[in-house]
Amino acid sequence: MIAILDYGSGNLRSAQRAFETSGKEVLITSDYETALNAEGLVVPGVGAFAACMQGLIKVRGDQIVRERFAAKRPTLGICVGMQIFFARGIEHGEHAGVGMWDATVEKLNAPILPHMGWNTVRPAAGSTLFAGVEDQSFYFVHSYAAKVSVGAMPTLANHGEDFIAAIEDGALTATQFHPEKSSDAGLHLIKNWAQTL
Amino acid sequence: MSLSVRIIPCLDVTDGRVVKGVNFTDLVDAGDPVEMAALYNKEGADELTFLDISASVAGRETTLDVVRRTAEQVFIPLTVGGGIRTVEDVDRLLRAGADKISINTAAIARPELISEIADRFGSQVLVISIDARRARTESGFEVTTHGGRQSAGIDALTWVEKACELGVGEILLNSMDADGTRAGYDIGMIKAVRAVSKVPLIASGGAGSLEDFSAALDAGADALLAASVFHFGVHRIGDVKKYLNAHNYSVRNTQSA
Repeated sequence: MIAILDYGSGNLRSAQRAFETSGKEVLITSDYETALNAEGLVVPGVGAFAACMQGLIKVRGDQIVRERFAAKRPTLGICVGMQIFFARGIEHGEHAGVGMWDATVEKLNAPILPHMGWNTVRPAAGSTLFAGVEDQSFYFVHSYAAKVSVGAMPTLANHGEDFIAAIEDGALTATQFHPEKSSDAGLHLIKNWAQTL
Repeated sequence: MSLSVRIIPCLDVTDGRVVKGVNFTDLVDAGDPVEMAALYNKEGADELTFLDISASVAGRETTLDVVRRTAEQVFIPLTVGGGIRTVEDVDRLLRAGADKISINTAAIARPELISEIADRFGSQVLVISIDARRARTESGFEVTTHGGRQSAGIDALTWVEKACELGVGEILLNSMDADGTRAGYDIGMIKAVRAVSKVPLIASGGAGSLEDFSAALDAGADALLAASVFHFGVHRIGDVKKYLNAHNYSVRNTQSA
């Protein structure tokens, strides 16, 4: 069973449907025990860094992410859900993140922002997440990103400058793009992740 | 390796049905927005836009249901515009599954609506839709209302700058002179708006030939919206992408994922 962590106002129903195409049962929950023990946990995220982090803490999501990582239970962060896994974010002031990776989420240096639309990525060598969709495009909507490689398997993309588009760090996976909005390529990637559960 | 240009078909929806007709032979029901959305996704559309032209409250309720059903079946970004007046309208649409919403007249009447929406949901959900035409204003372009029939009394470039300052995430620029002519996008207008804005720019109005699409990109558009050329099968989305790809524009690879 895959749990999608509900900690804000966004629509999670279409994400639920997208993850269901992997063949797994998918549940939307804000319950601590359910999220902690699910086979796979998805942490979505829209809006500003600080607001998201606040919402996450309210459902003890920060603790859930840390405990799942220690117990080697797969977790997938999406967009701002990825950003808040880092140590800190600089968006309307500096804010602390969950701190799974020691890097800062900061504004991209690009002539046009937000980085909005379909972009290709340079998958990390040996990536299981991108197997079979290495040359495909994924849907991005963001102005901030982590730019420093943090040791875990980083997949890079470029908009004005290189940034981290995805990370595969043992049980902890994250994508700056939206696989649930990336049509067939995104659904393929979701299936790749679901197969690791 | 770079950001692809986006091709966006726009569907006019009223009371849960697509209007302006479509003539695809491979549709069971050409009036069903969900089926149309699924077909355009299959053909390689990079995003979809629904323009709600319902006149009644009941019609708007039906649109929420259309958005809900589309978002649960078609996994590409969905923008919804038409009749959005308040933050609550935006909240309802986002909860139904829209990824972005576009506002037009309501923002002209009350520009603070832009910052209210951006502050609550983030700039990335907010598209400002501007119906502009050539006129004797400072920049040579003015904002119109009522489908281009009335002047809003605002210079188009002044409005673009103000909307960006208030926090829009994207601009949808509709040329009222070119709309429906299939004689090409208003290139001068796209260039002028590009020069004063740093958010993504969607060009709309006038798409006819394949060269029209590349000309709008050369002028500075990041995305291209069209309605009738796609609905009436003048061009298939795949043909537009093939043409652009052959002319060295970056388009999304949609071959068998």
